Amino acid sequence: MERENQDVVNEIFARHRQARKENLIPILQEIQKEAGYISEDSIVRLGNLLGISTTKIYGLATFYDQFRFLPSGRIHFRICHGTTCFMNGSGSLISALREELGVEPGQTTRDGRFSYEIVTCMGSCSNGPVIEVNGEYHTGVSNDQIPAMIKRLKHIVDND
Amino acid sequence: MEDTKNYLISRILLSGSDTLPADVEKELQTIRRERISRPVIYISSGTSSIIAGSARTDKAVRDYLSEMGIEADLVNTGCNGPANYEPLVCIQLPGKNKLVFRNITDDKVDSLLNSVFHNDIPDEDLVGQSGTRGFETWHGIPFAEDHPYFSKQKRIVLGNCGCYDPGSIAEYIARGGYRTFVKTIRHYTPEEVCEIVEKSNLRGRSGGGFPTGLKWKYALNTTASNKYLVCNAKESDPGGYTDRTIMESDPHRLIEGMAIAAYGIGATTAYIFIRSGSDHAISTFRRALEQARDYGLLGHNIFSSGFNLEIVVSVDAGAFVCGEETALIGSLEGKRGMPELKPPYPATSGLFGKPTIINNVETLMNVPLIMKNGPEWFLGLGTESSSGTKVFALAGKARLTGIVEVEMGTTLREVVEGIAGGIREGKEFKALQLGGSTGTFITEEQLDTRIDYDELKEINSGLGAGSFIIIDESTCMVEMVRYYMDFMHHESCGKCIPCREGTGRMLEILDSVVKRPANDEAGTTLERFKGVMQLEAIASVMKDTSLCGLGQNAPNPFLSAMSNFREEFEEHIFDRKCRANVCRGLRTFIIDVEKCTGCTLCASKCPVNAIYGTRLQPFFIVEDKCIGCGACYDVCKFSAISVK
Repeated sequence: MERENQDVVNEIFARHRQARKENLIPILQEIQKEAGYISEDSIVRLGNLLGISTTKIYGLATFYDQFRFLPSGRIHFRICHGTTCFMNGSGSLISALREELGVEPGQTTRDGRFSYEIVTCMGSCSNGPVIEVNGEYHTGVSNDQIPAMIKRLKHIVDND
Repeated sequence: MEDTKNYLISRILLSGSDTLPADVEKELQTIRRERISRPVIYISSGTSSIIAGSARTDKAVRDYLSEMGIEADLVNTGCNGPANYEPLVCIQLPGKNKLVFRNITDDKVDSLLNSVFHNDIPDEDLVGQSGTRGFETWHGIPFAEDHPYFSKQKRIVLGNCGCYDPGSIAEYIARGGYRTFVKTIRHYTPEEVCEIVEKSNLRGRSGGGFPTGLKWKYALNTTASNKYLVCNAKESDPGGYTDRTIMESDPHRLIEGMAIAAYGIGATTAYIFIRSGSDHAISTFRRALEQARDYGLLGHNIFSSGFNLEIVVSVDAGAFVCGEETALIGSLEGKRGMPELKPPYPATSGLFGKPTIINNVETLMNVPLIMKNGPEWFLGLGTESSSGTKVFALAGKARLTGIVEVEMGTTLREVVEGIAGGIREGKEFKALQLGGSTGTFITEEQLDTRIDYDELKEINSGLGAGSFIIIDESTCMVEMVRYYMDFMHHESCGKCIPCREGTGRMLEILDSVVKRPANDEAGTTLERFKGVMQLEAIASVMKDTSLCGLGQNAPNPFLSAMSNFREEFEEHIFDRKCRANVCRGLRTFIIDVEKCTGCTLCASKCPVNAIYGTRLQPFFIVEDKCIGCGACYDVCKFSAISVK
């Protein structure tokens, strides 16, 4: 896993030999997209490449919501908490997930199976609340469906 | 493919005259699918369609066609109709008007196509027929254009949305696209471009309403080695999706608008700053950019005019404050997106210290039309102080939601009751929120206000970025205000104290209003009242002293809810009641004396000793002490306890 991550980061750095300071965010985005998260090691090396201190990079990365510093779970939920979904009850959906998984948004469960994040407006305001599970959309989800959903997904992950 | 490209460039883009010869026009009609020899099936494929399952519909249609051996074209368009109708499918048979069907999920495809290909039009799921270009009309089928959702709109900016394949530059050119751009760089000077836009009275569509042409002139008249145009497609408001829909449905018009604007201010590099998470919009826009480059519409010395332009896509990393101009520039420079003091304004010193013009997507979408039809045409639309149209993202509890465009001067009521069709499930209208998470609430009495920059200002409202949220009686205003404050607190960048601390304290106080105190120690009730008294004071300090618009406007929802819906706040604070029954923290429980056996289980579980009674007699709950935790409800074996 660690090895794999390093290779991905090496590849990205190879593409950006000429990079300047203003490319910092796009490079971080590429690392996040291809490696799934931003590891400590990649921040240190990025600092060397661009001549920026590690703390500055970490400070910047934590300022933006997009970046995560832990690998996401094998099942990743994205919950829409835009205004319409909120009006249709996405808040209780988030509490249900928090209760069921025992972790906060952006974190991953210890067994590495689940993680979730809250996003604002996915763009399907007619049938909220919307929840995306590994790229698949579920509309009009209610909080009492969550335990069964997690149970089903656990079963799928374990048998995978 | 290469033939089409050369043909379009030489015969259309580079043709000097405005009118095209008949043979070219005929060719274009074929590209525009106005003359078809085999059936065409249009499937809307924007984000909301994808969520509703348009990809599965697409596959089902392909499977059906290949199974039946039917020769037909399949076109993936952008969004057009209400989001409730997704996946929207249009079918056009040769020589006949287009038929529009709604909610065509994959399981309905076979039966629908079967009936349509046998000329038997099913009534179910039919929206109507569409088309006026001399095709044969279907008898007894209403026109989709007469549907109130469409008939009350004036689609100019959205004119192409949902009508063509956003992945095809040829179709865009056949619809008259890019001709204005080529004409502009060949026949107009940058000064003339600024002049025309200024004359048209186009005002920024992102909230401020600053005259666009005037802003461009500032940048044009500043001497600098380099200038930049930035298209702000950040749109991170939790209820807005207009920019995203436009980029998904008509990316080429946006590129054309950006190119004309860049030429007008003398920029050779243009950035587009897109919100992260809108993957479909980003990929659609990138593909459109590649096509435009391939056609020579971007790059070095475009069509030998001496004008160079490169468009760079920059994806935001997820911070609401980056919608603010100076924060956006900071983010583009690779720093934390934090606002800076103005002046200097970006128009004179912005990105990398060079003059930078930042325009919103909708503003730039208007530019090619103004250059094509002239400023007088644009002035003829809308009201005296606000020309043109406005795009809104209808959301909330409306019957129909989706992206709509109305002429300036239309009343809010026409949009709420006409286009959106009123409130879902026959509920009562409560408020309308314009302008996103920092917008104010508009009450029923104010609905007759016209959509116009100045008239909305009179009722302390504004257009904002175009979110249009309809709120019904089942929504609690206090909880709504708390939600926005939570969002603002999360998104506050932390640079200035009034915003960073103010949003936090306001959120804390609002949090205490929507739930019961967990205990009665150390005067929590008293603290709660003191907090409530200070809310308005905190709000006014934030408004006066915050650095950027985020902090200055963050208290807006609270202030307007307080003035328009004061009684709801009072009910929450004094009576601990939520009339919409949304605030779960305020609920209390009641024991049914008929069912209670006096088993004492609930009383022993109650964490605050709010349940009293004698063994084997019915018990009762002291409402003032109850914290609404629900422990008694969970343990009662006789279902004697219910929510009051």
